[in-house]
Amino acid sequence: MARPKIARKSTIVDMTAMCDVAFLLLSFFILTTKFKPDEAISVTTPNSVSSKAAPEKDVTLVTITKDGKVFISLNNDAVKQQLAEELNESAGANLNPTEVKEFVKASFYGTPLSQLKSFLALPKDKLTDANLPGIPAKDTANNEVVDWMRYIVTAHSKTGDKFNLIVKGDNMAKYPQFKNVITAFKKADQFKFQMITNPEGIPTGTDLWRKFMKGEKIEQ
Amino acid sequence: MAEMDTSGGGHKKKGPGVKKAKKASTRVDLTPMVDLGFLLITFFIFTTTMSQPTAMKLFLPKDTDNPEEQNKAKESGALTLLIGAKDAVYYYEGQLDAQASNFKTSTMNQIRSVIIDKKRSTPETDLVIIIKPSDEATYKEVVDMLDEMTINDIKRYALVDILDIESQLIKATEGSGGAQ
Repeated sequence: MARPKIARKSTIVDMTAMCDVAFLLLSFFILTTKFKPDEAISVTTPNSVSSKAAPEKDVTLVTITKDGKVFISLNNDAVKQQLAEELNESAGANLNPTEVKEFVKASFYGTPLSQLKSFLALPKDKLTDANLPGIPAKDTANNEVVDWMRYIVTAHSKTGDKFNLIVKGDNMAKYPQFKNVITAFKKADQFKFQMITNPEGIPTGTDLWRKFMKGEKIEQ
Repeated sequence: MAEMDTSGGGHKKKGPGVKKAKKASTRVDLTPMVDLGFLLITFFIFTTTMSQPTAMKLFLPKDTDNPEEQNKAKESGALTLLIGAKDAVYYYEGQLDAQASNFKTSTMNQIRSVIIDKKRSTPETDLVIIIKPSDEATYKEVVDMLDEMTINDIKRYALVDILDIESQLIKATEGSGGAQ
């Protein structure tokens, strides 16, 4: 009996296409990943069930470290420029044009107003929360955060930019520090602010969880 | 693809004494490279943490010295939570009485049941929760407590400064070993 010969097919598959896909994905992921900027101020934020993303534009961020030091940072250069002029005019900061440029470039501010000049002269690697005194917010009598908030509010109203006030506190920061910051907000007539937190799941069996399960909109 | 045209096009036939060079295949096995590619992808996916921080909102009331303008809370619907040191939470319903007999001790983990009990036993329009962090409280505890309000769907709550008598009570309770 003569059987017809079955042609033997090679089992080798051309891997080129798959290889292309793999590296395409790899390069896509690498290029789209945004690296977390190395933060000079280290803060571990608490968790909350809030799922609303924090705003990233036009942010005025007030950071409270675990030692209770207060730092302020802004990310809108136009507002920073205006703020520098505001400080020159009203607070007697006396910054010359090069210092104003440094002021706009600085990522955060963390000294009493009187030391602002020497703060701006500091090299980048010295700008850490351990090295800096922070903005004084110890008590109501000597609360420079109030002044800063007032100038920032004026600067924002002059440039016409949006004003997102955000507090980023460390887990271990004490409440009195936070209270002083809130008091400063109140004094500057800012009654609305947000607190940066890490997302966490809604505990099961709670009222919010029931609402969530029913598909109702959760207001934050 | 990963092959090249290796046939020497248009060459003359070599003489009889000349050995033909063996044609090596230029096909490369790409399987290890694919393995490596996917290994790197999985590595990057697993080591990347989605660090999109979220934010919770807080609205502050305007400070008024005029008692007419202040928000009033019904005594029956009020629950005051005092945040002490090391996760200890003290609470009382309504007004603190003179002997502080309604001053109770709890912890951060157990306070939820207290809030839920109060919510179930009070008409919704009357319910007000007053949060008073002591000087020993940390930022985390305050945020956790505010978060607890969201979790239990409390409509009215306020962050209020602690009174002297209350902080003394907390100190006394802590001193007597009432809370760990």
